[in-house]
Amino acid sequence: MPRRTDIKSILLIGSGPIVIGQACEFDYSGTQACKALKEEGYRVILINSNPATIMTDPELADRTYVEPITVEVVEKVIERERPDALLPTMGGQTALNTTMALVKRGTLEKYGVKLIGASAEAIHKAEDREAFKHAMQRIGLRVPASGTAHTREEAIKVLDQTGFPSIIRPSFTMGGTGGNIAYNREEFEKLIDWALAMSPVSQVLIEESLIGWKEYELEVMRDLKDNVVIVCPIENLDPMGVHTGDSITVAPAMTLSDKEYQRMRDAAVRIMREIGVDTGGSNVQFGLDPKNGDMVVIEMNPRVSRSSALASKATGFPIAKIAAKLAVGYTLDEITNDITGVTKASFEPTIDYVVVKIPRFAFQKFRGADPTLTTQMKSVGEVMAIGRTFKESLQKAIRSLELNMNGLSSREGLDHGIPEGFDRQPALERVRQHLRTPIAERLWHVADGIRLGLSNDDLFALTKIDPWFLEQIRELMQFEALLVGQAGKKPAVLDESLLWEAKELGFSDDRIAQLIGSTSASVRKQRTKAGQSKRGVTYKRVDTCAAEFEAHTPYLYSTYGSECESRPTDRKKVIILGGGPNRIGQGIEFDYCCVHAAMALREEGIESIMVNCNPETVSTDYDTSDRLYFEPLTEEDVLNIVEREQPLGVVLQFGGQTPLKLALPLSKAGVRILGTSPDAIDRAEDRERFRDLLNKLGLRQAESGMARSVDEALQIASRISYPVMARPSYVLGGRSMQIVYDEPSLLEYMKSTVKASPKHPVLIDKYLSDAIEVDADAISDGTNVVVAGIMEHIEEAGVHSGDSACSLPPYSLDQSVVEEIRRQMKALALELGVIGLMNAQFAIKDHTIYVLEVNPRGSRTVPFVSKAIGVPLAKLAMKTMVGKSLPDLGLIEAPTPVHLSVKESVFPFNKFPGVDVLLGPEMKSTGEVMGIDQDFGWAFAKSQAGAGAPLPRGGTAFISVKESDRPASLEVVQQLQRLGFNIQATSGTAAYLRNHGVHAETVNKVMEGRPHVVDHIKNGQVALVVNTVSNASSHADSLSIRREALNKGLAYYTTIRGARAAVMGIEAILKKELTIRSLQEYHHHS
Amino acid sequence: MKQAWLALADGAIFEGRALGYEGETVGEVVFNTAMTGYQEVLTDPSYKGQIITMTSPHIGNYGMTTEDAESRRIWAEGFIVKEASRLVSNWRSRQQAQDYLHEAKIVGIEGLDTRALTRHLREHGSQQGLITHVAGDHRRMVEKAQAAPSIVGRDLAAAVTCGKAFQWTEGSGEWAPSLDEKPRARSTKRWHVVAYDFGVKLNILRSLVDVGCDVTVVPASTTAMQIDALKPDGIFLSNGPGDPEGVPYAIEAVRQLIGSRPIFGICLGHQILGLALGLKTYKLKFGHHGANHPVMDLRTRKVEITSQNHNFAVAVTRPFSAIPDRPPVVDTSFGQVLVTHLSLNDHSVEGLACADHPVFSVQYHPEASPGPHDSAYLFTEFIKLMEKQHV
Repeated sequence: MPRRTDIKSILLIGSGPIVIGQACEFDYSGTQACKALKEEGYRVILINSNPATIMTDPELADRTYVEPITVEVVEKVIERERPDALLPTMGGQTALNTTMALVKRGTLEKYGVKLIGASAEAIHKAEDREAFKHAMQRIGLRVPASGTAHTREEAIKVLDQTGFPSIIRPSFTMGGTGGNIAYNREEFEKLIDWALAMSPVSQVLIEESLIGWKEYELEVMRDLKDNVVIVCPIENLDPMGVHTGDSITVAPAMTLSDKEYQRMRDAAVRIMREIGVDTGGSNVQFGLDPKNGDMVVIEMNPRVSRSSALASKATGFPIAKIAAKLAVGYTLDEITNDITGVTKASFEPTIDYVVVKIPRFAFQKFRGADPTLTTQMKSVGEVMAIGRTFKESLQKAIRSLELNMNGLSSREGLDHGIPEGFDRQPALERVRQHLRTPIAERLWHVADGIRLGLSNDDLFALTKIDPWFLEQIRELMQFEALLVGQAGKKPAVLDESLLWEAKELGFSDDRIAQLIGSTSASVRKQRTKAGQSKRGVTYKRVDTCAAEFEAHTPYLYSTYGSECESRPTDRKKVIILGGGPNRIGQGIEFDYCCVHAAMALREEGIESIMVNCNPETVSTDYDTSDRLYFEPLTEEDVLNIVEREQPLGVVLQFGGQTPLKLALPLSKAGVRILGTSPDAIDRAEDRERFRDLLNKLGLRQAESGMARSVDEALQIASRISYPVMARPSYVLGGRSMQIVYDEPSLLEYMKSTVKASPKHPVLIDKYLSDAIEVDADAISDGTNVVVAGIMEHIEEAGVHSGDSACSLPPYSLDQSVVEEIRRQMKALALELGVIGLMNAQFAIKDHTIYVLEVNPRGSRTVPFVSKAIGVPLAKLAMKTMVGKSLPDLGLIEAPTPVHLSVKESVFPFNKFPGVDVLLGPEMKSTGEVMGIDQDFGWAFAKSQAGAGAPLPRGGTAFISVKESDRPASLEVVQQLQRLGFNIQATSGTAAYLRNHGVHAETVNKVMEGRPHVVDHIKNGQVALVVNTVSNASSHADSLSIRREALNKGLAYYTTIRGARAAVMGIEAILKKELTIRSLQEYHHHS
Repeated sequence: MKQAWLALADGAIFEGRALGYEGETVGEVVFNTAMTGYQEVLTDPSYKGQIITMTSPHIGNYGMTTEDAESRRIWAEGFIVKEASRLVSNWRSRQQAQDYLHEAKIVGIEGLDTRALTRHLREHGSQQGLITHVAGDHRRMVEKAQAAPSIVGRDLAAAVTCGKAFQWTEGSGEWAPSLDEKPRARSTKRWHVVAYDFGVKLNILRSLVDVGCDVTVVPASTTAMQIDALKPDGIFLSNGPGDPEGVPYAIEAVRQLIGSRPIFGICLGHQILGLALGLKTYKLKFGHHGANHPVMDLRTRKVEITSQNHNFAVAVTRPFSAIPDRPPVVDTSFGQVLVTHLSLNDHSVEGLACADHPVFSVQYHPEASPGPHDSAYLFTEFIKLMEKQHV
């Protein structure tokens, strides 16, 4: 069937900011969809509030709206663009929910927009828990016993049928938000309330527990002719009870016989038909009782998903791209398989390797968060590894995680066997305890359990992990013991056959060295020397067909086999190192830069080689670069590729901290680092060398000192006076950075949080309270520097720059300050000899500019700045690194946009009940949105709506601020009053406000008796919350206020500067109607 | 760990570890790309004369059962895997793969780069090979591989067929395909089907029972006259090993049977039917062995994901460079024959049907096992033919 000709233009809805449960995978799918639809000649209109996506690059769609994804805004886009069709299946739950809301509102009908990819009925049937259950029963499939409830009372009734433990799943949420497992009545009631609050339709499904059942996922594609293929069966190593996004997953399924698999496949096909997904991809999850093979259907997503991204990367079958083509009428047999170039998409990939995905968590960022893994997703990122066996793949995945673990290292100090006199019992008890509840580190505890003598039966009883996986880990432990047995032998080199066996099992050089008491350099030396005798690392191709057909796409992974299929070219080539797993502080922004680097190289006629291990990303799409190595980003793995490919050089500055850590080791190994030199990177990273640099340039820094011990820290702090900011060297996302207000707190910090040592000194500097922070990005070719963007933070200095909202251009700074920052940026870039990108942060206090830090690399703000000014910075930076000058590239000066762009950060607090939402020097956000408009007020308002907490137009504003903020808050409150808000405040604030002529009503704090402020918020009587607190002790009192504001989705501000910006936003939305413009329109004129 | 070697006739040597029964074995080395179903593959009589390489790296994970066997024993000559599981995990498992191989005296090898081997076979074609657990001169190993008998022209069906006729009454039970919810038996009448056993897979017999057949299985050498004497409602031509030209007596019998009663052929049965109709067969470079082969029904334009296991294929006048818009028609002495199905991978012939007789066949395996159930409807088609004939 040829493509549909009755439609000419298609609207795509993106997934918005990166949050837990919705990450880069939707940029990957959206980008593929945009490309596929444009390729077919359709006019593509896109809306996505996330500027750090490739899909929102203006070349990818005909009209790109970086606007909040709300029903009102999407309706406006439809009204303006009049698309013929809407494809709702590429933007995760956000796009599905927005689409359903548009259907309900009658918008699609009003403007004659057809839904393609999935009908409203299909979406409803799949997403509505009750409708899905009935659909499954209709086709004779078992679903867990369950019932839905809209109130706590209804929920308790359902319990009669389901019993404990009880699974709680709110409807229409993604990543299982609000989901939980309750083991008793009391817990149940608490969790039900939260789940009801999380569901946008206040509907909750209460389900029979299948804890301990095996869990599987099938990725299914269906076309208009009812051809159905399964792209990949995925097996979860963690049994049911852990959200699949938090589970270690394995492809293909490992413990299913053909009989069982085909039964599951039959069910998946029937589900596709029953739900009515006519054109596209879906994923279906199954539970299987390991005792008797009983099968239940857990759920189905009628859209592309995180799992479909994983399945695409795992097999080479581009699900989103093909789903987009199916949506416009093609059938599977009409679409060519890109990898083989000869076969068709109408087949089922078969793979001859094993893929392991391991999630990456960030619990250490959220004090008080419950680290137990449940049905609600908590991980912030993931890695995928490909190996020829599960063991190899698992070990590669572990070292991809970048948790400083080179393998299944012992948590009990048992790497070298059980030491003499070791007390086994308490260790066993600890391990058993860890294994009983699923937690992020369970895999390592399993390994320790094995070291301590637990049998597979013991381990299975504790974890319900399938014995097949347990045995694989046991085999690794047995081999480790064998290696440890080699330690101390002379000569200190391994028997060659053992070495190769170790490498085939996926052991890193580092781990081998650790076990045999050698160094990774010497293991490497032995390995590469031995390599001359024919053995060594080999690369295999991901080809969708287990080698039955030739693969023309160089999508490669390493293994230790007897044949290498890498076939490097003799072209000029450059290796780009990606960013590894998403985590807080290192997200999609860096992947965006890496993708641009690949595009730039293509434009320059240079071969691009991507190395990365994050399956969610666009960078690991096989057609982003000329060659893709899906590999861990460790020194060993990168050096292997460099040796094989012999590139001109390696690019480190786009992948964030991950590749930067490799700068020194790689350059020591003789690898040419393109762009800014490793020494310049060190000058900026090393706190002392950095101070020298600033002194040389006559730039100011807050008073500071470098502490190598606790005493030194105390001395420095008393010299420069409290409050101080304490920060360790070489950290990402402000890890362990803290504002310290007094000596006891500093002592506590130095003792527990960081361990200062001569090798790892801690910088103590004066905390500039109430300073304005500024971020700036520049690009340089070594001679010319262009300062591309200067961003004024909304929140004051002290809030991590990744967490702060910011405005480009600055909205309150004097022009003279902006000019001076520009001058300083240029001086810094030239002095460091930056080639490529540089980012710096400044604090401005009383008109004095202080340099906070300089990062001679692509920063988190590069995509935002690029979109704000309409210049692809990362691309240009890549070109400077291969010899182009900025004038060559036509960049003399950065355009000064006439519009305002505001970036707002998005936080995962709603996934972590009880965790405080206050911002500080340690980064906590997972994503960002961008608001663009003609004035700051509207741009800010859009950024708030995009982040999920739209500004209110009126109602009651609740104010409770710390004493020192009261004068500053007065202006904010007066404005709010003028704008028609009622003011409520806690006693102290209220008294102050009344004394200054504001009519403020006093409300009770929580401990002052009921009704208190939290009651008011719960009852929907509060529209806006402004709450600032001084230090630790007062945090606890007001925590419930902030949590409740968050639960209710209220606009809340924890800084006065934030509140001030909110007031400007409210004023703007009250004064002027919403207007939207596409990026293409913004930049055409600017 | 005991070493083992695989030597190919073209001189290639792969080193690995010994698996299964200790010793030496020869056969034609082929690869199978199915990710599940190693037991079904091992016990498929069509692998007689062949050494199977599984491209899926972990084999034996879910063990071996009694009910998943496709015949009474392993017929393959040898088994090559990347890694055989030491531990079995599945509620249905009765035995570990290693023990199963050992008991059946199957010589195997593991731990070699099976992907490199597969690529070698893809590039250079399936060929004779030797697995040996005995260290020695590589040249001698290669010579032994070269000396192994080819499957071309050999009557391998004779080696695997049943000794005498028997009745089959067992259906698939709980493992029956469940792609469609409709009841599978179309009518209360039971159809008497005589099934030629050229190396029949039990799941074919089960599938026939599922749709309402009472099956009499007969040896490959059964003559047309003997079949007629059984007065069946339909005749089934089974799968089997090797070269269809190696079983001229079966071709002759089928030639005589065309026109009298509905006939349904699968795999070797399809090739034998093709030869009986006067078409030619040829050997594929490395065969089709897997569970993911897309086949288009040229009449409905729908695609089935099929299970395949064959080394030979039926040729019509000229190979197809593209998928034709409608089923190509070939004139034969039995009237027009339609090419009903084609492989989307290489456009080879996957299905035939006589325009003037109730006769059809497919190259692939609608009984799956291992593989998807997409083509199970073909058994119902067979019933429909018998119904038509009955009226």
